[in-house]
Amino acid sequence: MIIASNVSKNFGRLKALDNVSVTCNKGECIALIGPNGCGKTTLIKSILGMVVTDSGFITFNGQNIKRNWKYRENIGYMPQIGRYPESMTIGQVLDMMKDIRGSKDALPDEDLINSFGLKHMMAKRVRTLSGGTRQKVSAALAFLVNPDLLILDEPTAGLDPVSSEMLKEKIIAEKNKGKLVLITSHILSELDDLVSQVIFMQDGKLCFHKSILALKADTGEEKLSKAIANVMLSR
Amino acid sequence: MKKVIYISLLILLANAVFAKIIRVGKQRAVKTIQAGLVLALDGDTVLVDAGTYHEKNILIKKSISFIGVNHPVLDGDNKFEVISIRANGVLVDGFHIINTGISSIEDYAGIKVYSSRDAVIRNNILNKTFFGIYIEYGVNCLVENNTLTANSKVEQESGNGIHAWKSDSLRILGNTITGHRDGIYFEFVKNSVIWRNVSEKNLRYGLHFMFSNNDAYYCNLFRNNGAGVAVMFSKELKMVNNIFEENWGDGAYGLLLKEISDGFIENNKFYKNTSGIFMEGANRIYMDKNVFEANGWAMQIQASCADVTLVHSNFMGNTFDVGTNGSLVLNTFNNNYWDKYEGYDLNKDKLGDVPYRPVSLYSMIIQQNPPAMILFRSLMSSLLDKTEKLLPSLTPENLKDEHPLMKPLPL
Amino acid sequence: MKKIIKYVIIDILRNKIMLGYTLFLLVISLSIFNLEDNSAKGLLSLLNIILIIVPLVSLLFSAIYVYNSSEFLELLVSQPLKRKTIWLSLFSGLATSMAFAFLIGAGVPILLYEATPTGFMMLGAGLLLSVIFVAIAMLAAVMARDKAKGIGVVILLWLYFSIIFDGLVLFVLFQFADYPLENIMVGVTAFNPIDLSRILILLKMDVSALMGYTGAIFKDFFGTRLGLIVSFFVLVSWVVIPTWLSLRKFKHKDL
Repeated sequence: MIIASNVSKNFGRLKALDNVSVTCNKGECIALIGPNGCGKTTLIKSILGMVVTDSGFITFNGQNIKRNWKYRENIGYMPQIGRYPESMTIGQVLDMMKDIRGSKDALPDEDLINSFGLKHMMAKRVRTLSGGTRQKVSAALAFLVNPDLLILDEPTAGLDPVSSEMLKEKIIAEKNKGKLVLITSHILSELDDLVSQVIFMQDGKLCFHKSILALKADTGEEKLSKAIANVMLSR
Repeated sequence: MKKVIYISLLILLANAVFAKIIRVGKQRAVKTIQAGLVLALDGDTVLVDAGTYHEKNILIKKSISFIGVNHPVLDGDNKFEVISIRANGVLVDGFHIINTGISSIEDYAGIKVYSSRDAVIRNNILNKTFFGIYIEYGVNCLVENNTLTANSKVEQESGNGIHAWKSDSLRILGNTITGHRDGIYFEFVKNSVIWRNVSEKNLRYGLHFMFSNNDAYYCNLFRNNGAGVAVMFSKELKMVNNIFEENWGDGAYGLLLKEISDGFIENNKFYKNTSGIFMEGANRIYMDKNVFEANGWAMQIQASCADVTLVHSNFMGNTFDVGTNGSLVLNTFNNNYWDKYEGYDLNKDKLGDVPYRPVSLYSMIIQQNPPAMILFRSLMSSLLDKTEKLLPSLTPENLKDEHPLMKPLPL
Repeated sequence: MKKIIKYVIIDILRNKIMLGYTLFLLVISLSIFNLEDNSAKGLLSLLNIILIIVPLVSLLFSAIYVYNSSEFLELLVSQPLKRKTIWLSLFSGLATSMAFAFLIGAGVPILLYEATPTGFMMLGAGLLLSVIFVAIAMLAAVMARDKAKGIGVVILLWLYFSIIFDGLVLFVLFQFADYPLENIMVGVTAFNPIDLSRILILLKMDVSALMGYTGAIFKDFFGTRLGLIVSFFVLVSWVVIPTWLSLRKFKHKDL
């Protein structure tokens, strides 16, 4: 579904992405893992077209994404920190998003809106929201239009355990529908039962891209967190 | 001796009683004006029917009344002076005079008075004349209710509307003059009065005085003339109740006073002129109850002026109130209303408690450097003006109205 | 595109600063017209507001708004929308709101009290200046990533257009006083939209003074139909060029 070939991006002297090539297919849930500043977010933003890459190319369903915008109709994105026009209410933000996306296939997916109980908070203004509620709104927005690709940047940060579980269930459900899910997270333990593949990045380079089973077999660890720690130590 | 007087009285009386009327017209026995004039004697009346007459120069050498009925047209065929008066007490009334000759040597006129007394020129229409009505060495002549129109394009090829030279005791009343070089021109004319004329759209000046003393002009309207009204090298003039408006252009003034002394300027209105009044070398001028409104400069007083007194006038909506080129000021401003005055009146005597300085710094800058006009009313120029108001340094220190009025006068 | 403009406008209209600006203009213009017994003086005060306050508020508000909505822009960029659409929508939203605030705050009083050629020229100039300085602010905001720096730049730009530029022109005028600079000055005004607007208004307001001296040259150019059309296009290009530049920059900007 996504093919990145030799993608590089520099911010001044910093090499945020260094010759990264990666292929992601449907029906997978892929964790993007790496130390802070390793280029995870830059990679995500490159896929979203928010960062313009210096060299290499990225294709989405076989189309080069450069100077293209239509492909984003198939992407749901949950940013690390969701910020919306402060004076709008939750309801207005949701309506606006539905309005902008004008979802091609019939009904919007409001599962998360229901399970997070956002229905009762529709009239609240964005500026009054707590960090957790903002995350809920961001998550609900990402899933709203039923996209084929979900990109979730630190999805569970700031969420209470209950909501966090709900979100995970939703992610698994979507994966099982044959969608591709890209997740970055620092809380590796959360990813255990969620992800099917791991991409590990360091200093803008892609270190490895393995299925979780292969990773556990290679390191001989049961837990993802242990396995990663093992990898990091051994390098 | 007594006999002689009786006889001469009798002759005079006979003349009056037996003065005849000679009628001229296509249907009459006398077909041409020239023929009619030959028949006429002093005191007779030549009455001309309507129609068009091409009679070259009509020379009147007898004291007759020459009257047109329904404005007969006298055509000069672009070659001749139409009527020349060389006798005392001639009346010219009711003609339509067109197409005088145009010459750079001769001053051809529609009607010209040569060294005569008591001429009356009345109710005529003059079109496309070089000079309109021309009086030289005239005494006690009356020019009344004539309409003069020319459509000159360049000054060299145009003459003045009413032109008077070396004359005395003229009365110029109720004429309308358009499209000439100068509307009314006086040179060496004294003891004369100009009253209720309209002079507009003339190439140069609406009214032009040169070396003419002891004259007065009242209740005239001077509008949209090339350079407004000029009064130069003259003394003892009275200018009252006139309106000067819309005289626009570089070097255009509502009223230009140059080398004038002992003038009296009262109750005039200056409206929408580039400069309301421009004074150069003016002495002992008393100005009272004038209105200056919406002019570029209400007044420009060059440093060569002295003893100019300006009181009880209204200054409203002028871009600049007063402009000057020097720092020495020997003139008096008092009790005027200035709409730009920002002072206060604590003792409620209707006079401002702090003096008003009508010369702004930026107007001085523009005098020195005209293109700086492009920055006028910018933040830059306002700041310059404000600082100058606080710490006067460049504007003349004693050019000020000590007791400005708080409210405009009802003028 | 319409949808996003709609959301930007709705967002700005809820903004208290915008409301305050509109009320400020309204109160000032109404009091100017009501308190001054002489309309020429009132117009003069209004001229200063149009030439000083309008550009300043337009610049500051737009720049701050662009910086404050950077996350919102990020969100929009991640959606299936063209960057061009997003940026132009933001511009249109800001421009419409600023122009609308001016129209209500100053335009209505002008139409009520001073429906003269001078008034109409002021109205037109105020509207154009509102939009021009939105475009300039957006260019500054897209060039400078840092908010504090961006706002500093915007204030410097305002100082430049309202006073430094004029100071330089005055300096040049006096340095080269012996040369005929009148025609060059006509051209120079094209480089400052505030000056150009001011001269267009002056031609209505101080027409008597402008008929004399050098004024006649300005009058001969700006006073004609051709001059008016040229001036209008120059002002419009003050909207188009900064917007085009900022759009080019925004298209390649990393968010």
